[in-house]
Amino acid sequence: MSSCDPAAAILDLVIPPEQPWSAVVKRGQVLRIVDSEGQQAVDALFYRADDLAERYSAQDTLREQRNAYIGIGTRLLSSEGRPMMTVIADTCGRHDTSAGCCSCESNAVRFGEHARYLHSCRENFLLELAKHGLSKRDIVANVNFFMNVPIDPSGHFTVVDGISEPGGYVDLRAEMDVICVLSNCPQINNPCNGFNPTPIRVLVWDQRG
Amino acid sequence: MVPVQTRNAAAEANRRRYEELRSIGQGATFDALPAATERGAAPIAAASLIEEEEVPGGWYTTTRLRRREVLRLLDLTGNATPALIAWRVGDPAERMNLADTVKVQWSAALRRGRIVLSDMGRVMFSIVEDTCGAHDALVGGSGCASGGTGHRNTRANFVAAAGKLGLDRRDIPAALSLFSPVSVGPDGAFAWQQERKASGDFIDLRAEMDVLVAISNCPHPLQASGPERSRSILVLRHQGFDYGVSDPCNNVGAEVVRAFARTNRLCK
Repeated sequence: MSSCDPAAAILDLVIPPEQPWSAVVKRGQVLRIVDSEGQQAVDALFYRADDLAERYSAQDTLREQRNAYIGIGTRLLSSEGRPMMTVIADTCGRHDTSAGCCSCESNAVRFGEHARYLHSCRENFLLELAKHGLSKRDIVANVNFFMNVPIDPSGHFTVVDGISEPGGYVDLRAEMDVICVLSNCPQINNPCNGFNPTPIRVLVWDQRG
Repeated sequence: MVPVQTRNAAAEANRRRYEELRSIGQGATFDALPAATERGAAPIAAASLIEEEEVPGGWYTTTRLRRREVLRLLDLTGNATPALIAWRVGDPAERMNLADTVKVQWSAALRRGRIVLSDMGRVMFSIVEDTCGAHDALVGGSGCASGGTGHRNTRANFVAAAGKLGLDRRDIPAALSLFSPVSVGPDGAFAWQQERKASGDFIDLRAEMDVLVAISNCPHPLQASGPERSRSILVLRHQGFDYGVSDPCNNVGAEVVRAFARTNRLCK
């Protein structure tokens, strides 16, 4: 559990269902993402604020921790192998970084062409990244907070029901100045949002309270 | 406002459909995958061979394939673990996307009969031959910090390879490490299964669109590595085989059929 006091946060806002958000989080600051109603996936990307070509790398992160899932103590590494964020509190216990974000295109392939015309995380990322001068080529494999994707020994890879409770949260300490880009996932075709997208809350503290 | 009852009914319908797709994807579709290729099988006729290069350990190469051409990677020693990334010719913002690849096929275990998707829901490669069946779509290649001073690494190789193709650091997607048997334990821990690879292993990746490819031939970060010089791979480009109605890849599951249809609309 974290000792951060919401009253002391320098930022505290609600991201409505299906919406993106981004902001600079400075080194030493703590970002909390709250799964307000439970079972809500939050797709996240991170870029080094003063060198946007250095960005979150799922494969560097997994390689260095030698484990497929993100949890407390995980250091989210950049493409240059440097720590960007550290998970310092986590009520959920398991987050994914191998399943990527949903897109109109992958939805069409997975669920049928009718699913192409549904809002998706890639749409959110494209719109939010554009505010920072970034484009589709900058979308890399992301973190999926509160998303449960077990990989079994046969390789079966499945998005299953989330295990995060209402009010659950993850705290990330920034290890460098980063642009944090979130998409409150709109997916309704798989269990990552309990088939019902809900709001999340984001808080930032200047330092751990 | 949509009434709550209607919303719940829609959610239940979506859940049922998801479970049905999952059941097929990890059941009938999985069972229908073709057997692995035998080592030494599927020889390339001299007239079919377009290009051949031996890439020493630690080094990289780039190539370009036209649609329907086939890239064969052959491990000469049983130690090689080449990592591969790719872009679509004409729009390199469309690139290999392993997350979509494993999610759409309900499996991280890529092998003969599977496809590799781009981020636009199109097929970049189909795995038409494969003796090994143990490739790593999760961990990828070595990074700046891997291997110690003086060793070449896949991250640096890809930065250089991308540069030669007119691309840069922003264009490097997650990498597929071939002949790299990484298993995932119940707690998520990765393990290396050296016994699942051997000298003579090869894979044939059939390009389903015109692609640019970068290949880095460095030790896998989870592998206890041998000397770099004993890890050469052969990279061959050939015309491919005519599989006729028994194509190993283009009919394996509804998702794959849709991905091919999307690809064929773009690439005549």
